[in-house]
Amino acid sequence: MPRRPANPFISNSPPSNLPSFSSSSEKGGLLTRASTSKANRLTQLFSTSPKSKTEIPSAHAALLAAGGNPQTTVPPISSASLSLPTISLSTATADNPNMDEPPTTLFRPPSPGETRRLAKQHAQFGPIGHPSHRYTSRHPGGPFPEPVMDEPPYYYLLTTYVSYLILIIFGHVRDFFGKRFREENYRHLKSRNGYGALNSDFDNFYVRRLKLRINDCFERPVTGVPGRHITLIDRSTNDYNRHFYFTGTTTDTLNLSSYNYLGFAQSEGPCADTVEETIRKYGISAVSVRAEAGTQDIHLEVEDMIARFVGKEASMVFSMGFGTNAGILPALVGKGCLIISDELNHASIRFGARLSGAAIGMFKHNDMKSLEEKLREAISQGQPRTHRPWKKILVVVEGLYSMEGSMCNLPGIITLKRKYKFHLFVDEAHSIGAIGPRGRGVCDYFGVDTSEVDILMGTLTKSFGANGGYVAADRKMIDKLRATNAAVLFGETPTPPILVQILTALRIMTGEISPGQGEERLQRLAFNSRYLRLGLKRLGFIVYGHDDSPIVPLLLFHPAKMPAFSHEMLKRKISIVVVGYPATPLVSSRARFCVSAAHTKDDLDRVLSACDEIGNVLQLKFSTGIAGGALPPPEGMTPEMESEWHRQQRSVNGQTTPPRWRLEDVVRRGVQDAKKPLV
Amino acid sequence: MDLSEAQHIITVFLQELANQFHRLPGSAIFLRYVKSSYQNDPVRSAVELFLFLFAVRYLLAPKYSTKPGLVKLSEEEIDDLVEEWTPEPLVGASTALGEIEVEKRAVIVGPTGPKVKLSNGRTVTNLGSYNYYNFTSNEFLKDKAIQTLRTYGVGPCGPRGFYGTQDVHMKTEADVAAFLGTAACIIYAQAFSTISSVIPAFSKRGDIIVADKGVNYAIRKGIQISRSMVRWYEHNDMDDLERVLAKVTKELARKPLTRRFIITEGLFDSYGDVVDLPKIVELRLKYKFRLILDETWSFGVLGRTGRGVTEHQNVDPAVVDMIVGSLAGPFIAGGGFCSGSEEIVHHQRISASAYTFSAALPAMLATTASETLNLLQTNSDIVSQLRENIKVMWGQLDPRSDWIYSTSSPENPMMILVIKPEVVSSKRLSFEDQQSLLQDAVDEALANGVLITRLKSLPDEVEPRHVVPPALKVCLTTGLTRREVEKAGTIIRHAITKAMSKKR
Repeated sequence: MPRRPANPFISNSPPSNLPSFSSSSEKGGLLTRASTSKANRLTQLFSTSPKSKTEIPSAHAALLAAGGNPQTTVPPISSASLSLPTISLSTATADNPNMDEPPTTLFRPPSPGETRRLAKQHAQFGPIGHPSHRYTSRHPGGPFPEPVMDEPPYYYLLTTYVSYLILIIFGHVRDFFGKRFREENYRHLKSRNGYGALNSDFDNFYVRRLKLRINDCFERPVTGVPGRHITLIDRSTNDYNRHFYFTGTTTDTLNLSSYNYLGFAQSEGPCADTVEETIRKYGISAVSVRAEAGTQDIHLEVEDMIARFVGKEASMVFSMGFGTNAGILPALVGKGCLIISDELNHASIRFGARLSGAAIGMFKHNDMKSLEEKLREAISQGQPRTHRPWKKILVVVEGLYSMEGSMCNLPGIITLKRKYKFHLFVDEAHSIGAIGPRGRGVCDYFGVDTSEVDILMGTLTKSFGANGGYVAADRKMIDKLRATNAAVLFGETPTPPILVQILTALRIMTGEISPGQGEERLQRLAFNSRYLRLGLKRLGFIVYGHDDSPIVPLLLFHPAKMPAFSHEMLKRKISIVVVGYPATPLVSSRARFCVSAAHTKDDLDRVLSACDEIGNVLQLKFSTGIAGGALPPPEGMTPEMESEWHRQQRSVNGQTTPPRWRLEDVVRRGVQDAKKPLV
Repeated sequence: MDLSEAQHIITVFLQELANQFHRLPGSAIFLRYVKSSYQNDPVRSAVELFLFLFAVRYLLAPKYSTKPGLVKLSEEEIDDLVEEWTPEPLVGASTALGEIEVEKRAVIVGPTGPKVKLSNGRTVTNLGSYNYYNFTSNEFLKDKAIQTLRTYGVGPCGPRGFYGTQDVHMKTEADVAAFLGTAACIIYAQAFSTISSVIPAFSKRGDIIVADKGVNYAIRKGIQISRSMVRWYEHNDMDDLERVLAKVTKELARKPLTRRFIITEGLFDSYGDVVDLPKIVELRLKYKFRLILDETWSFGVLGRTGRGVTEHQNVDPAVVDMIVGSLAGPFIAGGGFCSGSEEIVHHQRISASAYTFSAALPAMLATTASETLNLLQTNSDIVSQLRENIKVMWGQLDPRSDWIYSTSSPENPMMILVIKPEVVSSKRLSFEDQQSLLQDAVDEALANGVLITRLKSLPDEVEPRHVVPPALKVCLTTGLTRREVEKAGTIIRHAITKAMSKKR
C-alpha cells in the first residue's frame, strides 16, 4: 500500500506521562527539535514544539498549567513530546535521526522495532494521559432531565431554508438543461424501450442534486484498524463527485467517526490474540445456519456470556445487527398486535415492524406524555374499526439514539409499563458497553432491574469491535423464539472469530481477563464523552444529547456547512461524520463525534481547538446557553458557592448569557468540571 | 314614522362610521385599491368579504377528530379499561415442533468440516453444512484471515457510508463482479438480509412483481416490504409465467408505465431444482420486465467453474438485471452481494436499508471471500470433484429408496429429499406427521454417525400462503472420499427406511 512519506514531526512520540515511556519521550523531544523546520504549518498547529508553545499557550500547556498531580507532571524536556502522539504508522524515517545522535542520557532509547510497535499500538488505543481522566457513567438520581434543545437565532434558520431553496432551484435549472442536452445522464430516470424508469426522477432528485455535491464527505474509503486513528485512502474526482480515483496516498487521521466506544477495534492485544487462536482452531466460518449445523460450542458460550452480562436468563446471537431487528420483531408480534415506537427509532426497527404485520403507532421522541396519550388511546379504543382489544402492545425504544445522542427515559417508561402492562423492547445498539457503571447499558445506567424490560436487544458491532447482534430475554421466551425467528432458521450463523472477539471483549469488561482494563475503558469513555461535550458547549456550539452519551452531535444547520466542516476537519486530520436530511430533520444538519475510550484527553483538546477555529470561520457558535456551558464563576469559590452562583446568574439576568469561552479556559477547567454535573 | 326614524338612525350611524373610516390614515388608499382591483363592483367586493369572513370562521372553528369510529370516553372510563386490559404474553407457549427444533439441535464442538465432533463426544460425518469445497480446512485461507486480522482488526465499527468502507470491501466487490462478468457489485453484511433489501430498494408501491410461488422466505419478505403489486406463477412453470406476464401486461396496458420485475431463484432453497433461465430471459425481454435472480444457492455451485446459473445455462449475465448471491455458503466467508449495472449498484448504496443502516462486513470475511473466489477459479477441478460426490450420493438415495425422492437438480450439492406422494397418500400423513417422521430419520442417521438436517420452514402471513413441503437436506462436500459418501448414503437410506416403516 502506498503511503504518504511519514512526517517525522508528528510521528513516533508516545505521550510521555506514563513512567514507562519516559525514555521514549526524551527521544521524542530530540526528534521534535530536529525536524521543526520541516514541519508544515498544520502540524505546528497541533503540536507543542517549543516555538509554537511560546507563541500561543497551547492546549497541553494549559493542561500543565492547570496542574493535576505534581508528581505525574513530567520534566520540562519531555513536555514537548506531550505533542499529539503517533499518527503515522509506517515511520521508517522517524527512527533514523535518533541513530545519528550520540546518546545524551542514561536512558537507552527503545529499539526502532519497539518504537514502531508502540506507535502502532497507540494509534489504535491511546494510553491514558492522567489517572484523573476517568469518570463513572451513572444516573445521578432524581428525575430524568428533560433534554434541552437549544435553537439558533432565526437568522440562521431562515438562511438555512433559503440555502435549500437555492440548491433546489439550481438543481431544477440544471435538470432542465441536462435533460435536454445531456440526455445520457438521465437514462435511468426515464422510461425506455417499454421499461419503466429504474429510479423515480423525483425520489432521485435529492441524491442527484444535493447529495452529489457533498459525496466526497461520505463513503470515504479507509484501511487498517478503525481505532483511535483511522487511515483514509486519499481520493480525488474529475467529474464533480460522480466518480473518484485514488491518488495513491493515505492520510492518518484522528478517528471520531467509528462506533468504537470501548476501543476494542485493535489488531493486537488479548482480543486479537484469542481471535487468531480461534481461526487456527475453528477456521473462519461454520458455513451453515444456526438451526441446522451452525451451532458450535462457542455460540453457546457467547450466548451464555451475553445473557449473564446483560442480566437475562438466555440470549441468541445473530450475524448482523440489522437482521436481528428484522427477524425478532415479526417473531414477537403479528396481526392484532400494536407496536408503539419512538419516532426516531432506527431503520432496522421500522423494517422489522413493517414485516411483522402488526399495527404501528409512534410517539414523540422520548416524550413520556405523548407515549402515555398513545397508550391510553390504544387501550381504550382497541383495534381500529373492530374495537377489539389489542392482543399485545409492544413499546420499542432505543437505549441511546445514534443521531441525537439522547438516552431513553427508562425510569419513565418503566413507570408507565407498570400501569399500562405493555411489553417493552429496548434496542441497546449504541448503549450496550457504552454507558452504565459496568457498561451494561441503560438498565445498568439507571439502576433498573433487567427483569423490568422484556426483551433486551443490542448489536455487537459497536462497543465490542465485532459484528452482529443479540437478543436477550427469559429462557422460555428465547427457546420459543429459536424456533420462530427467521434469522435463526435461515440467516447465516455468526463466525467463530467474530464470536471470540465478542467473548474476549466481554471477559475484559467483566474483569475475567486483564482485570482493571475493562473498568479503565468504561471510565475513560465516560470521561471523554463528558469532557468533549462540556468543551463544545462552553465554546458556544449547540450540542444535542445526554451528558453521558458518547455520541456528540454538533449542530451545523446550513447544508453548505456540512462539507465545509468536514473538509476543515479533514485538513486538521480529524475524521468526523456529517449527517443531513433525510437522516435528520431538514434544518438540523449536524456533525457527529463518536467518542471512544481509545482517545486521550489530548486528542479531545485537539478536536476542541479545531472546532474552535472552524466554529469562528463558519459562524457555528450560536448557542444561547440554556443547554449548558455557563460562564465560569469568579476564582476561589467552593463547589457549593459555585452552584449558588450559577443559580444567581440565571435569576438575575432572567436569561442566560451565551457561553463563549476561550479555548485555554475550556481546557484548563475541563477535567475538573467534566466530573461535576454539566452546567 | 318608526320606520323612517330607524332609517334615519341607521343612516347617521353609517355616515358616522364612514367618517371614522375616512379619518383613519391610509383609508383612502385602501378604498382606491379595493375599488380599482374589483373594478368598482360592489357585489364582487361583498362576495369576497363574505369569503374572507367564512375563512376566518373556519380557522377559528373548534377542531374535531377525523378518525372514524373514535369512541368518546371519559378519563375514568379509560382508567377502567386500562385496569381491565390483560395483554397476551409476549411469547406464547412453544409448539411441539418448535420444542423438537431446540431440543434436537446438534452442537458441534470445535471446528466444522467433513467430520465434526458433537457435544455428546461422538465424531460424525457432516452433511449439514454448506461446506461444498471443504475450504474450511484450508490452512492458506486461515493464514490470510490472520494477516487481515493483524492489519484491520475484527469489526469495521461503522456502516459503509461513514468510514466503514475499507479497501478490502472494494476489492471483494470488484472480484465478485469480475468473477460473474457484470459491471459492478455491492456487498452486504449478511446474505439472508440481502435480497430482502434489494427488492424494496427498487420495487416500490405501484410497481409490479411477478414471482415464482416457490421462492424462499427472504424473497417473500422482501416482496412484502416493497408494498408492490405481486402476481405469482406456479413454481418453475414457464407456461404459467407467460400467462401471468401476458395478463399483467394486458391489464396495465393503459396505466402509466411503472417498474416491472420478475423475481426467481437460481437453485431453489426449498426444492433444490434449477430455474429455466434462457426461457425466463426470453420472456422477460418479450414482456419488458426486469429480472432479479437470487443465486444464493447456485453461486459458486453451478456452471463449469462455479459462476452460477448464467454459466450453467449459457446466459449472458448482462441480461439479468440483478444477481443476488451469498458469500457465506461455499465461500466460507460472510455476507451477500448484488451484482448488476453501475446504476443498479449505485442506487443501492443509498437506498438499500440493509446496506445503509448496517455495519460493514468484517474485513477478514471480505478477504476470505476474495481468496476463495480466487481458489475456485484456479482449481476448477474441485467443481467436477463435487459433482462426482453428488452422483454417488444420488445413486445411493434417489433410485434406491422406496420412501423418498430428490427434488433437487442433479448438479445441486444440496439434496432436498421429500417423501414420495404415493407414500404420503397411502399412509395419510399430515404435514406434522411428515415432519416428525423426517425428524426421526435425522435422529436415526445421527445415531449411525451422519449429520443431516431437516429443511426449515416458517409460515408467514403473506398471501398466497405457501407451504414448503417437509424435506430432508443433505449437503455434499469434496472433503469426503467416494467410499465415505457411499457409506453415508447407505446410512441415510437405512435411517429413512427405519423411520418410515416404524409407524403404521
